[in-house]
This record gives sequence, structure tokens and C-alpha cells, in this order.
Amino acid sequence: MLQFPILTIIIFWPILGSFVVLAAYRSPRLVRWLSLGISLVEMALVAALFFLDLQPYATPQGTWLLLEDYAWIPWLGARYSLGLDGISLLLVLLVAFINIFSVLISWKAIDFKVGSFFFWILFLEGTLVGLFLAADLLLFYLFWEIQIIPMFFLVGIWGHENRIHAAVKFLLYTLSGSLFMLIALIALYVMHGHQTGIYTFSVYQLMQHGPLGTTTEILLFGAFLLAFAIKIPLIPVHTWLPDTHTEAPTAGSVDLAGLLLKTGVYALFRFAMPLFPYATQLFIPVLLVLGVGGLFYAAWIALAQTDIKRLVAYSSISHMALIVIGIAIWNVTTLSGSLLQMINHGLSTSALFIMVGMLDERTHSRDFAVMGGIWSKMPVFSTFFLLFALSSMGLPGLNNFVGEVLILVGAFKVKPVIAILSFVGIVFGVIYILRMVQDCLFGQPRAEHVFWDLDFRETVMLAALALAVLSIGLHPGPVLHLLDQPIQAMLQQIAQLGLP
Amino acid sequence: MTINIPIFHLNSIGPALILTVTAVVILLLDALSPKGRRKAFFPQLSLLGLAAAALQTYLMWGSKGTDFARMIYVDNYTFFFYFIFILGTALTVMISRQYLEDYGKNMGEYYALLLFATVGMMLMAASAHLIMLFLGLEVMSIAVYVLAGLFREDPRSNEASLKYLILGSFSSGFLLFGMAMLYGAAGGTLYLDELPKALAGHSTFAQPLTLLAIALLIVGFGFKVASAPFHMWTPDVYEGAPTSVTAFMAVGVKAAAFAAFARVFFLAFPAFRVDYTMLLWVLAVATMTIGNVCAIAQTNIKRMLAYSSIAHAGYLLVALVAANQLGAVSLLYYLLAYTLMNLGAFGVVILVGRKKDSYLNIYDYAGLGFQHPALGAAMALFMFALAGMPPTAGFVGKFYIFSAAVQGGFIWLTILGVMNSLISMYYYLRITVLIYMKPAEADLGPVAFSPGVTAVLAATAAGVMLSGIFPGALYDLAMNAVKIFPGL
Repeated sequence: MLQFPILTIIIFWPILGSFVVLAAYRSPRLVRWLSLGISLVEMALVAALFFLDLQPYATPQGTWLLLEDYAWIPWLGARYSLGLDGISLLLVLLVAFINIFSVLISWKAIDFKVGSFFFWILFLEGTLVGLFLAADLLLFYLFWEIQIIPMFFLVGIWGHENRIHAAVKFLLYTLSGSLFMLIALIALYVMHGHQTGIYTFSVYQLMQHGPLGTTTEILLFGAFLLAFAIKIPLIPVHTWLPDTHTEAPTAGSVDLAGLLLKTGVYALFRFAMPLFPYATQLFIPVLLVLGVGGLFYAAWIALAQTDIKRLVAYSSISHMALIVIGIAIWNVTTLSGSLLQMINHGLSTSALFIMVGMLDERTHSRDFAVMGGIWSKMPVFSTFFLLFALSSMGLPGLNNFVGEVLILVGAFKVKPVIAILSFVGIVFGVIYILRMVQDCLFGQPRAEHVFWDLDFRETVMLAALALAVLSIGLHPGPVLHLLDQPIQAMLQQIAQLGLP
Repeated sequence: MTINIPIFHLNSIGPALILTVTAVVILLLDALSPKGRRKAFFPQLSLLGLAAAALQTYLMWGSKGTDFARMIYVDNYTFFFYFIFILGTALTVMISRQYLEDYGKNMGEYYALLLFATVGMMLMAASAHLIMLFLGLEVMSIAVYVLAGLFREDPRSNEASLKYLILGSFSSGFLLFGMAMLYGAAGGTLYLDELPKALAGHSTFAQPLTLLAIALLIVGFGFKVASAPFHMWTPDVYEGAPTSVTAFMAVGVKAAAFAAFARVFFLAFPAFRVDYTMLLWVLAVATMTIGNVCAIAQTNIKRMLAYSSIAHAGYLLVALVAANQLGAVSLLYYLLAYTLMNLGAFGVVILVGRKKDSYLNIYDYAGLGFQHPALGAAMALFMFALAGMPPTAGFVGKFYIFSAAVQGGFIWLTILGVMNSLISMYYYLRITVLIYMKPAEADLGPVAFSPGVTAVLAATAAGVMLSGIFPGALYDLAMNAVKIFPGL
């Protein structure tokens, strides 16, 4: 067991760094370089975790690769406990990785109030890392709520025309879900305390509760699900996402699609389902219907979009719906597929948002009507665009394919109808993505714009993302290996409860 | 005929005594010192008196008992509220000076009245007998009536004072009626600790009489804490009164009224818990909802904060409804947190308002975040805290209150409370949106950061954050304080 509090450092390094950046607001140049430096160091710190040769060990708070556990609010039984396992390790890595791009893509795009902008970007990174590491339900809730605030400011200050509407909608939507989760969380805490005499927020100990009664459990699970479904977002509570994406600055969209949406699925898988296994059983059909429905509905709407960013936003909803299907089917294969797909979606969609942002910088528009014929003007850009579009479609050899196949194969074994429907939904996705590629890259240019191909900064960013996309696509073994142990542990734990 | 004077210890009312003496000294100095250079040191003198009172309270912490013929309690519950009052008054004194000088009203009697009001609050929190409670209430109220009318050339201030006086007297009448009926029902006692027994075994008339008395007491207290449907005075009085007095009323008067409210209901009526809980449940929901919904429509920042203060009274009533140990703790914690965040917000209002309150519209806050970053950030923080976002003290307070309600089995009350939080988010958020996301409508110009207000903003902002992240120490204190209620 490691004595050095590396997890705490990983959380608070960007948060402390964000204040340093804020203090340096007078020099935008310094702010940019400082932010990049802080993000790179954070990435290095996370990468260092891979070299620690961590082995899972059992603790009173569950089995973890690393656990940091201190008293926080003793008489409430709330602890400052951070747990690292394969899933959180991957997601934290994703956060640190994507955040570098959030900094880089904003290098030139953000030209006013630069200090505050990078302050929020780094602050958001810290809270997201904290969210993925929290092993205490109250601590998790704290991070869950705090992460809303940076995004609110990012969209509201640096967004496009309708930014205030979008920011307020985002905040009210997310908050309404999480407040109901708060009630459920308190209720669970109180009931668990009554049952066992131990008042605690430790997720692991809360899972050991006795039967709560079907109605109670359904209500509690429903409240958690509402909060997470809004964040994922599942239909019919998805309407904030396209608005927020359209109005957000590119870095905001990247963080939102790449990272914030993952928190919903993560929390659903990590907290809601293991805490309420009986209710989960009952809710699985609902989740499947919402998932399949969302997959089709979002793809259908995406076809009708004229704004590229909105199209990518809807494709995001569609992809997340597939992930939810995988989670709902709940076996080793689909779970691995879904969790892997979270990473893949984070990479591919972030890349697409970054490229849409680049187009926006050049044409000051995101409308299909003024695109077209870009290939001849920006060949390097177009190559990358095609690559990420194909990856998003699920081309074999690229990352999304692995996740999708795992979900489909796992689903086919138990629920063939769902698998077939999902497959059709994925094909739907191919249509709108091909349309996007065709309208943007090929054909005749429909408006006069000054195009310039990628500069060094942009090339490096896209090349790094492409490398990640390719390596997961061609060699997903190490990633899946990381996910294996925690998934097995969780399934075992649920199995011990004697569920069908 | 001999008169027996029971033994008493002046020490037991030490803090109140110190403040009384300070106030009298200020009045004398104001009257006797030569004109011209006499006003400068009153704030400092008041702060000195408050510090001495705080020290005295600190030294007494832990003692337990009654004094003055069992008229007052000497216990940690009392002392915790002493701290809240002292803190509230001290912060009010600090934000007042510059503001009053702008109006040419930096007078000795202002500080003396603040201190007298604080003495009244202390007696309310300490009272062990309903007559004592009434005396404390009146000492506090009369001082505040005068304070509200401090700007006597300003018609709105006059209106505020008069409205508060008339309606306040009316509500005092209700309170006295309630006490009189209780006196009859209990067969001749108004000691809080004797009431449960006295009310238990008497004639058949006792029960309806007690219920009526409880209802009347609720009316009286409900007026002072600004709970619906007795809240009508609040927006007008808060808007018209000098801003520093508004801050004092929102924080101090409310805390004092809740101190007495909670003590009376937790101690005196255990047999009637079901009845009064039902009534308070309805009041809590109505208060939260009316406060929050009306606040959405306000464009004057003081009126908005007035409705927000009504809403907060509703949350605090939830803690009373829960009527368990956590509920009592959450009441104490929330009042302290509310003191910090509300006084901070009023500090910003005073700084932005400047020069005879010319900038009180919420749209005057547009662009504040970039014209005056520190001020904007502070206001945004206080707004998030009042809305109950983590990691601020406001979140911890709400968390305790809702936990208490869930623990007490009031699930629907909790759900309604949470939905109200969401509504409140909207109007607090609007201020934040204006501060950061709208261009300035007018150039606000330089803001004169007086040392007092700056210190208040820094202290309250730090307090709101720190007690939000590390709520442990305060919880222990509050838990210590509510141990005196054995029935919870």
C-alpha cells in the first residue's frame, strides 16, 4: 500500500494550478503556457500510476488498486476516501488526456478574459478527477455538483449568441436531477443507519444493506437514475445537450462530450446499480427501451441537422444510448464493451468537436450550406476528419468498432432482439456521418472562404488523438485487461446477493 | 411585609450586561463630547464591547443551569446563539460606517440601538419564562423599529419603520394573548420547564385552550421570523430600511426569533407535538414557496433578498418540523451559515449601491464581474451559497436540514424543500449571470472599498467556504448546544 497521497495530488494539482493561472491573468501568453504546463504535469502524474505496479487489495471500503481514506465529517460517517480501480484509472487518464486538448484548442480561439477561461478549464479537470475517484457517496455528490459550475461559466461567458439561455438551461437541468439524487442519498443513508446501526456514506458499506422493500428501492433508484440520465443524456431528458453544445466554446464542447457525459454512465454503473440491485432488475427493460429509442431517435434527428456541431451533439446522444444498452444487459462482455466505448466516444467525439471548432475558426460558420470541397483546400485536415468520422462510425481497425462489437456480441447471447435493433441503429449512424463527410469534404465549394491547412499545434493535437484511436482499435487488450478485474468484482458482489 | 430577593449572579447575564454598558457609554459620549470630532470611534467602541461579550460567553461555555429566579437559562444553547448575535452585530457594525457617513447619519445612537437590540436578542435566547421572552422580544423590537426609521428624511425609511412598528405591535399582541391563555391552561405557570407537566393533567378545557395558545404563539413568532402568511411586511420594510439595518434584521432578528421559537416548542409542548408539527409543516411549505416564487419577480436587490430571507425562514421551519436532534443542530448551523452568507451579500449591496443607494436594481450588477472582479466573485459566491451549492456553508446547512427531515420521516416535506431549492437557484443564478455574462449597462465607476466592508467580505467569504468544506468543528459546537433538549 502506498503511503504517498498521489490520488489527492492528482485531484488538487489542477485545482491549485487553476488559481495560479487566475493570478497570472494579466499576461494571456503566460496563462496559456502555464495551463499547458499544468495539464502536461497532470498527465504525467496520471501516467505515473501505470508504473507503480499496483495490485488490488481488500480494504474495509472495498477492493481497490489504491485507496486514500481519511476522516472528513466523523459524526456523519462521511469520509474523504478516494479509491482507484481499473475503471477510474482509465477515466482519469481520459480526463487528463482530453484536458490537454481543451487547453490547446483554446490557444487562439479564446481571446478575451483568458485567465478566467483557463481557470475554469483547469478547475473543471480537478473536479472531474475527484468525481471519478470518490469512493464516498457524499464526496462524490460534492464533486458531482461542483463540476456543474465551471461548465456553466464556460458556456455562459465564452459561448456563442444564445449562450446565456444554454448555460442556464444546462445548470437548471443538471441541478434538478442531482437534487433528487440528494434526497435519495440522504434516505439511503438514514435507512442504512437504521438497519445496521452504522451511519456511513461509504459506497462499499452502503451496498451491504438488507432489503429495503421494493417500492422504496424503486423510488431511490429512480431518483439516482433521473440525475444520471440527465447527464448521460438519455431521451427524454436530453434536450439540454444540443443547446449547450451548440452554444459552448470548442473546449467546452470537448469537455462536455468527452468527459462530463461519462460521469453519468460511470455513476450509473458504479453507484446506482450496485446500490439497488433489485430495482435495477426491474428497471432493465426501461433502460433498454430508452437506450434503443435514444439510439434511433437521436440518429434520426441528427440526419435533419444543418449545423455540424448539432449533428455531432446528436450523434453523441446516439452513442451514449448504445453504451446504456450495454450497461443494462449487464454481463462481462457488454460491460467491458460499454466501459471501453466510453473511452472511445471520449476520444472520437472530442476529436470531431475539435475539428468542427477548427472549421468554425476558418469559416466562422458551422452550416453545411457554406461547406463543401474542403478536401482540395485542406488535405491534411480532411484526412484527419475522415479518420475520426470513420472511427465514430465504427470502422473495423478503429477504436469504436471494438466497443460496439463487444456490446453487440454480449447482447446477442442474451437478448438477440435488442442486439439486432442496436445493430440497425448503428447502421443509421453510418448514414448521417457519411452525409456529414460528403457535404463537408467533397463536392463543389459553396462559399468563398479563406482556408489554411493545419498549423503545427493543430497537427500535433490531431495526430495524438489519431494515435490513441488507432492503438485502441488495433490492440485493445491492455485496456480491456484493466477493466476486467473491477467488472468481475462487481458482478461477483451482485451475484452474492442472490439475484437471478 | 418583607420582600425576598432571590440570590442571583450578574455573571449569568454578563454578555448582555457588557453590551448594555457599552451602549450607555456610547450614548453618554455622544451627548457629552464636543461637536465635530466625536463620531469617529463609536464603531470601534462597539466592536470592543462585542469582543468583550464574546470573551465572556466563551468563558462561560459549558456551564449549565438557571438564574434570576429561574427566569433565564445559562446553557450552551444560549451561548451558541450569543455567538451568532455577536457575530451578526459585529459584522453589521463593520459594514455600517461608510454607508452611514454617506447619508450623514453616523451617529452614536445608531450603534447604541444596535447593541440594545442585541441585548434583547440575548435575553430572548436565554429566556426560561415566557414573560422574560416577551421582555427580550420587546427590547429587541423597539430598538429595531427605531433603526428602520433612521433615515428620517427618507419617506421609504419612514414607511418601513411605521409599518414594522404597527404590524410588529400587532403580532406582539398575538404573542401575549397566547401566553395569557397558556397561563390559564397551565394553571398559573409560564416557566418553560414546568409547562409540560402543568399542561398534562388538567380540566377538559385545558386542551383546546392550549391548542389556541400554541396557534397564537406561532402567529407571533411567525411574524418575527417572516414566515408566510405573516410575511407581508418583510419586502417593504427590508427595502425601505437602511441597508445595514436590513442586513441586521435579516440575520439577527430572525436568529433571535428562531432561538426562542425552537426553545419554547421543543421544551414546553411535547404532548402537542403532532398538532403543532402539522401546522408548522404547512407554514414551512407555504413560506418556502411564496418566498422563492415571489423572489423571481423582483428587480430590486433588497426586495429580492427580502423574499430570499422569507424562503430561508421556510427552510428553517423544516428543521423545526423535523423536531429531532439533527433538526436542532441544523437549525443552529444554518442560522450561523445564513448570518455569514447574508451579511456578505448585503456588504456587496452596500458597496455597489454607494452614494445614497443609487444602484439597487439587479441590472446594475451587469458586468460587475469584470469591472470589479473581487466584488463580482464575492457576490457570485454568496449567491451560490444562498442557493445551497456545494462546497459552501449553504449546502451543508441545507444538507443537515433535509437529512433531519428525512430522519423524522417527512419525505414529502423534503421533496418540496428540494424543489424549492431548485426554484431559488433560478433567481440567485440570475444575479450571477448578470455579473459575469451581460455587458455592463452603465459604467459603475470606482467603488470605495472601505476597510470595514472589505474585511467583512473577506471574512464572510472565507467563513462560507471553510465551514462548507470542513463543517466538523461547528457541528460539534451545535451538537453540544442542543444536548439540553432531552426529549429530542
